[in-house]
Amino acid sequence: MEKFSPAKNYIKTRKSIGYVERKKATPADYRRIGFKSGLEVHQQLLTGSKLFCRCPAGIYHDHNDYDAEVIRHMRPTLSELGIYDGTALMEFRTRKEITYRINNQTACTYEVDDTPPFPIDREALAIALRISLMCNLNIVGEVHITRKQYLDGSIPTGFQRSAILGVEGYIQLKKKRVRLIQLSIEEDSCREISDVGHKRLYKTDRLGMPLIETVTYPDMETPDELAEAAEYIRFLNRSSGLVRTGMGAAREDVNVSCEGGSRVEIKGVARNSWIPELSHNEAFRQYALLNIRSLLQSRVPDHSGWQIKSKEIGYTDTSLHSQPVRDAFDNGFRVIAINLPLCHGILSHFTQPGKIFADELSDRLKVIACIEKPNMTHSEEPEPRQGAPDFKAVSRFLDAGKDDAQVVLWGPGEDIPTAVETIEERMKLAFESVPNETRKSFADGTTMFERVLPGRDRMYPDTDSPPIPLTDDNIAELSKDLPVEIAERFRQMEKWGIPSDTHRYLLSRNLVEMTEKIAVDFGFSHKFTGCFLGHTLRNLEGKRQPHKNFSYKKIYGLFGFLATKKLDPALAKTMLPVIYDNPDMEFVSVLSSTGFKKKSTDELLAPVDFLYEKFLEIRISERDTAVTDWLMGQIRRQAVGNISLANLSERINKKISNGF
Amino acid sequence: MAEDIFQGYKGTALNTLRKFNVRVWGQASIETTRGSFRGTVLPRSENDDDKHIVLKIDTGYNIGINVTTITGMKETGYQKANYKIPEKEFPYSSDKPNIKLFGTGGTIASRLDYRTGAVIPAFSPGELYGAVPELADVCNINTEKLFAVFSENMGPEQYKTLARAIGKEIENGVDGIVIGHGTDTLHHTAAALSFMVQNSPVPVILVGSQRSSDRPSSDAALNLIHASTAAGHGDIAEVLVCMFGPTSDEYGFLHRGTRVRKMHSSYRSTFRTIGDTPVATVTRNGLTPLKKEYNHRRKDRNVKILPYFSEKVTMMYYYPHMDVNMMHSLIDMGYKGIVIVGTGLGHVNRELYPALERAREEGVGVYMTLQTIWGYVHMFVYETGRDMMAKGVIPLGNMLPEVAWVKLGWAMGQTDDPEEIKKIMLAPVNCEITEREPYNGYLVYQGGVPEVEDFVRKFRK
Repeated sequence: MEKFSPAKNYIKTRKSIGYVERKKATPADYRRIGFKSGLEVHQQLLTGSKLFCRCPAGIYHDHNDYDAEVIRHMRPTLSELGIYDGTALMEFRTRKEITYRINNQTACTYEVDDTPPFPIDREALAIALRISLMCNLNIVGEVHITRKQYLDGSIPTGFQRSAILGVEGYIQLKKKRVRLIQLSIEEDSCREISDVGHKRLYKTDRLGMPLIETVTYPDMETPDELAEAAEYIRFLNRSSGLVRTGMGAAREDVNVSCEGGSRVEIKGVARNSWIPELSHNEAFRQYALLNIRSLLQSRVPDHSGWQIKSKEIGYTDTSLHSQPVRDAFDNGFRVIAINLPLCHGILSHFTQPGKIFADELSDRLKVIACIEKPNMTHSEEPEPRQGAPDFKAVSRFLDAGKDDAQVVLWGPGEDIPTAVETIEERMKLAFESVPNETRKSFADGTTMFERVLPGRDRMYPDTDSPPIPLTDDNIAELSKDLPVEIAERFRQMEKWGIPSDTHRYLLSRNLVEMTEKIAVDFGFSHKFTGCFLGHTLRNLEGKRQPHKNFSYKKIYGLFGFLATKKLDPALAKTMLPVIYDNPDMEFVSVLSSTGFKKKSTDELLAPVDFLYEKFLEIRISERDTAVTDWLMGQIRRQAVGNISLANLSERINKKISNGF
Repeated sequence: MAEDIFQGYKGTALNTLRKFNVRVWGQASIETTRGSFRGTVLPRSENDDDKHIVLKIDTGYNIGINVTTITGMKETGYQKANYKIPEKEFPYSSDKPNIKLFGTGGTIASRLDYRTGAVIPAFSPGELYGAVPELADVCNINTEKLFAVFSENMGPEQYKTLARAIGKEIENGVDGIVIGHGTDTLHHTAAALSFMVQNSPVPVILVGSQRSSDRPSSDAALNLIHASTAAGHGDIAEVLVCMFGPTSDEYGFLHRGTRVRKMHSSYRSTFRTIGDTPVATVTRNGLTPLKKEYNHRRKDRNVKILPYFSEKVTMMYYYPHMDVNMMHSLIDMGYKGIVIVGTGLGHVNRELYPALERAREEGVGVYMTLQTIWGYVHMFVYETGRDMMAKGVIPLGNMLPEVAWVKLGWAMGQTDDPEEIKKIMLAPVNCEITEREPYNGYLVYQGGVPEVEDFVRKFRK
């Protein structure tokens, strides 16, 4: 019999579930595994203050820029329906000490939960309602502030104040209509500084800033559709002109499942471009877990009596003292050997690219038992570490059978009971199905366990806030002049002849509306402005940051200036870089700084005689067009904005051929 | 009963539910001019308007539907919520002290009250153990709900009942008493019990919470753990208030019932000892005394219960140019004792003198306390003060105004003799007037100063 190799088992199991790389995957692959996915898109709103207090929004601090710290511990409480939420209980088990850093500039007693909420920011509510209307949602009659429990400490109250504004809407993608479950307005959470062992550190600058969450049904059947929907919602939000942009201003949670799997939420994806790879890998991870389930079920048809066996490795069990065990003892940790009956080949089973089932155990040890990695080793390490334990000896120590697998874990004494429970709990779940989880995403497209997926049982009415009625008049007022739909914008840009390579840029910067306005107000063609923004501006943005006072409104002003002065719009190309760096300069000064002088065609052509003579003296090339090219080069700078270059070259040629 | 089916609904909203035959807790699909909605109809708080129906939708959120937009409604199911804190039997261990926990209506453990939309307490030992299992590591707990009122509804009758109940428990041999109490008038009750329960052999600890226990960040559980530790294991056999020291979840203070005051409307660290230091700090691991002198725990049961109170006592907060008739009207109403909260060192304007003279003539006791909260009444410093003393106004040293009101009511509950009352007022029972104000009894630092900012940054206050 061939010797078992965990590395080969990884490859073998990857193949047996039919994993394909994202690049090679076809819609048929996604149909095969029953890919299903939905989105929760978070978007910060552009307001002056936070949602439930009057602290300024949008000011961020460095980790060490704080005035005070506050410590809290979170306890689970009952939901409105009298049920404890599963996540809440799990997080209580982790016993975290949470420290908040407070900067007086951005946090008041509300952020640290030492004062009840102030009335909701009306500006934020109005923006969120407008976006709700743009999403074709049924708007509620009364807004009820609800507390959504989060025991991870990301909000010092232990809950996020959140309220539904509309339900049952839709967005229209190129080939498909995606249904929306709901849109809510809510307060943003703290930013994490660190999370080590039982201590977690947050800062409170972002806490309480208003954001909206748009939730879709799981209507997306491929990662590409998912990416398209994410982008569409982002464009839609931005087209309101009233949302924040930049890193972290828009974040997506991606819900993924495969056929027979469970809803798993990938949290806080900051870049839309990561979504396809993450969702692809998650669907296949679930497919792999289902394969593990059927392997286990075939070995243990009735798993109700299945259990792990654990035994502490002591100082005297020197035959088991490998390097990690010695290190653990040096740190004052306890070390536990665990036997997993009939789990041979499971720990090294493929789950994600570069990840095996054992990682699911190690991740949970980190999150639930608060034991930092490396927190375990096992009998199926694909690349055994230097000085790895002799698992034959571990197996004998545990009286294990040949079809079993073994884990050796270590950690602080007080965390060991939770650690052993955690292993048993995760192994038992492997017999049942894919656990409902939220997972943290990484740039390489893989994810790791973050917490148990919270459910509706974590909702509780906010007894500190009265309901806010929304009358038909309110709605009618907010419905005025809603931005054009994104799907329609795509059609318009097509019609106006704006090149398609600029479309996504223009939508992502909410510049289509301005393009249209410049055409209507000043008569410059959509195509010209679209190209100008989509190429010249974009190019500039790629090269350097603008001056802090620069905004796109300056560009509208620039075209207004050119129109009033009856100047060639092509001047915008030379003026923009100056305005980009010096937005407070007057347009007239900008124009003269580019060397432009208003000249008639005769004035421009006047020096041609003299220059022609000069050319004959130096005659740098014998080409036919050399003279025209050289003359153009000499006059071009002064000509831009006065006469089109095609016209100029024609005039010069005419002058030459007429022999002056 | 109609109320059971349409809990909290009235007017148009109630008529709409009746019309379409949909009950509270019924699952309903609703057609409106704004589109369709589905969810469970929830009870409505009776103070909210009659124009909306509250719905819990599938995602767990609540929304309101304007009844004027409703075109159709259908009940498709029914499921009433069973809101109950899981009860677990409180484990008894013979090596732990026995604590009696009296409930008065605070928010140690609570649930939602749909009638008002507020939270109401849940209380049995089993519920407490379900919510705060760590209590079992501290002590054995027995509970008794004496009242279920909000703090502002606590008054003289409740003080007396509470004092008698405490006396009975002490005689029965309990190792410590904990009283759960709303925080608004916690210090009034603490003062009342300081006078009514004297010479207690065991700690009597009042505790509340600034954040209700229906929220994960509540201070209720930790306060209760601290209070039980102080009651069961502490050596300080006095009436004490146990609440957060700093706003962080770090340690609690034990304040003397006569020197404590609620100083912030919402901070967790709202209770402060005034004009002195707290008696001790407390954590899960035990007490650390800050003061050297206090009454120690004893084995005997020789408690004195003095449940007296006269309601003919009032308090008058002075302001510049106050109309003399304000005070006359108090005397007209039949009040026999008036605590003035005066300015500065204990002053009112000359305009009130006629009323002060009348009070003296009619045997109404007038006592002086301070708006400054900190410091002593000093009526000899200025002529005004000397004038007032001549008119019979009795300075109360550094007794807090609320404490003075409580003590005067208690003293007048025992005797009608003005001289006797005065004697009682000026003889401290437990530090309500102290002989000395220590230098560190007035520490109200101001932010912005570099050394204060350094301190705050370092110590999480």
